[in-house]
Amino acid sequence: MNTNRVIEVDYLARVEGEGSLYLEIENGKVLRVEVGIFEAPRFFEAFLNGRKYYEVPDITARICGICPVAYVMSSSKALEKILQIDVSDEVEQLRKIIYLGEWVESHVLHVLMLHAPDFLGHDSLLSLAKEQPDIVRKGLVLKGWGNQVVRVVGGRSVHPVSCRVGGFHRVIRKEELLPLTRDLRRVEGYAKELLEWVLELPIPDFKRDIEFLSLRNEEEYPVLHGRIVSNKGLNIHEDEFEECLTTEQARYSTSLRYRLKGRGPYVVGPLARYNNNYDLLKPEVREVVESHGYKAPLSNSFQSIIARAAEVYHAVLELEELINNYREPKQPYMEGMLCEGVGAAVTEAPRGLLYHRYTLSEKGYVVNVNIIPPTSQNLASIEQDLLALGDKLVTLDQTRAQWLAEQAVRNYDPCISCATHFLKLNYVSKEHRHTE
Amino acid sequence: MRKLKVAVFKFSSCDGCQLQFLNMEEELLRLMDNIEFALFYEARRFAEPGPYDITFVEGSVSTPHEVELLAKLREDSKLVVAVGACATSGGIQALRNWADVEEFKRQVYPRPEWIEVLKNAEPPSKYIRVDYEIRGCPVSKEQLMLFVLQLLKGKTPSLPVDSVCLECKRKGNVCVLVVRGMPCLGPVTMSGCGALCPSYSRGCYGCYGPMADSRPAVLNKRLKELNIRPKDIQLLFKQFTGWSKEFRGVIDEYE
Ligand code: SF4
Ligand code: SF4
Ligand code: SF4
Repeated sequence: MNTNRVIEVDYLARVEGEGSLYLEIENGKVLRVEVGIFEAPRFFEAFLNGRKYYEVPDITARICGICPVAYVMSSSKALEKILQIDVSDEVEQLRKIIYLGEWVESHVLHVLMLHAPDFLGHDSLLSLAKEQPDIVRKGLVLKGWGNQVVRVVGGRSVHPVSCRVGGFHRVIRKEELLPLTRDLRRVEGYAKELLEWVLELPIPDFKRDIEFLSLRNEEEYPVLHGRIVSNKGLNIHEDEFEECLTTEQARYSTSLRYRLKGRGPYVVGPLARYNNNYDLLKPEVREVVESHGYKAPLSNSFQSIIARAAEVYHAVLELEELINNYREPKQPYMEGMLCEGVGAAVTEAPRGLLYHRYTLSEKGYVVNVNIIPPTSQNLASIEQDLLALGDKLVTLDQTRAQWLAEQAVRNYDPCISCATHFLKLNYVSKEHRHTE
Repeated sequence: MRKLKVAVFKFSSCDGCQLQFLNMEEELLRLMDNIEFALFYEARRFAEPGPYDITFVEGSVSTPHEVELLAKLREDSKLVVAVGACATSGGIQALRNWADVEEFKRQVYPRPEWIEVLKNAEPPSKYIRVDYEIRGCPVSKEQLMLFVLQLLKGKTPSLPVDSVCLECKRKGNVCVLVVRGMPCLGPVTMSGCGALCPSYSRGCYGCYGPMADSRPAVLNKRLKELNIRPKDIQLLFKQFTGWSKEFRGVIDEYE
């Protein structure tokens, strides 16, 4: 085996957005890891300045086509804090419905189309579909159902139009939601089967000591509210979040990344939510997980696919209750009080904590913004995983090593489109980095 | 029948339009009998070299590197189809075209000198010949499907030309502009979404871009009569398709 080599992936496939990977191996040790981002910067923070507050959710939705609902919700909640709006319980439930619909749709997309093919040596869902048509078809039905939930509440699944600061543009009627339950037995069955299928995947052996960060509240598996907690004792309010972070810029990858002050890199996302809130998952979900010899905590990043599949099953079960118990709100939204102020909010995007902070002028125009998407928070940890994976990578031939390294990046379902609204353009000047 | 060799490629964007291919779900598997995704990084690890029968491009062109990639794709493709607001009018990124991008760099990046971007974010048609444009932010997957099916059947694909208002009428929506005095870009916006926003009790914000022969100046006048603040009229046009030349006219009036 050649012990001095470079693993280079120009285009990371099956991630959302454009990234690259660079690993330098010398004498059987991984010396350098760069998870590069070469997606063009999109300047959202800059052009949000001067926009009217009510336009913000529609605009921030366009940061990411895969998880627009998450952007709509974090920004709406942050703005509602400034405008002193307390949404009604009914609106809150409806928000949870559309949000969980996005979890189902986005998670199944990742599990089946982007990630599972790796474990089974396939290059795409389409080649997986030839070998295992049954699970692929069921997964697609499940994903379609998640999309349908978002569509019914939001009008369309990418960049929904019904949501606004203070609630929804119009009341979503119960009879619009009920058709979603028509197929529920089947969808529930598929969600369970998908989880069982994932639990049987050959998952590489790997372990690392990770600080997992997620929301937690004692009532429910967290989506829209809670305190920010970690498995290592952090417990803060969303207003304190920014103070706890250091922003770093790594010279080689020209990208910003975050660490917890005095604590180091951390991970957000399904694995973090699962580990910190395992007790709040539906008993049916825990039963399946445990019958396959797993439980919490999971400290192997490759097992994030398990957390994702568990969350899909959990979300389907929760959606059933939420839809059945849904009562139409009396008014679709609440108007707020226009005033100067600052507001920050966090919600649980499919990929993890999504933080938004806005400052509004007296007339309701945005004057300052900070958005911290999950992928940028995970970047430092992705690289640490790759370093820790070094022992394994050096024993593999180039093709397999490259594949495994890519897979390790895909564990995080990185959403580069989200991240690049502020990430650096890849700075291609290193002597060993070839350009096209 | 020989399978069509298809490429899906993104420039500066949110990935939402290419996601619409994956959102075809079960239909996607059926489509695979007739087309092959030879290049589609969001879905496939391996990329096959061109030439491609159809190349769908998403996103706007905003860096010098993207200009080069685009030219190469054009060379490699029989048909180039721009999908979505970013690829047909610059999209959300193009909001920076009214500002000084150097200033934007300084606002967002601690090391602005490392950022290499073009002065403007532009649709691919600014740089290359584009054969078809499918509108929307996001593009509608039904329109995408129909487009591909028409090509497969050897037909010349047809795309809408009329306004969102006509879809409203067909659906029997209550007009939010006339009845509720809400600002709505429906009269000047291309149909294709099924008048989604008015169906959810809000005005259209123009995500499908200007319709054929759009007259935004007339709507502009109407909005003034509704006593909407000039700045807010400007912001209404200056959203996801603001950089289209028709909407730009109104926006510049208020600059
Ligand atoms: S047009 Fe809209 S949905 Fe499509 S890529 Fe651009 S921002 Fe995303
Ligand atoms: S609501 Fe808007 S799109 Fe519909 S008819 Fe009225 S102006 Fe036209
Ligand atoms: S009504 Fe207008 S803004 Fe709404 S989806 Fe249709 S074109 Fe887009």
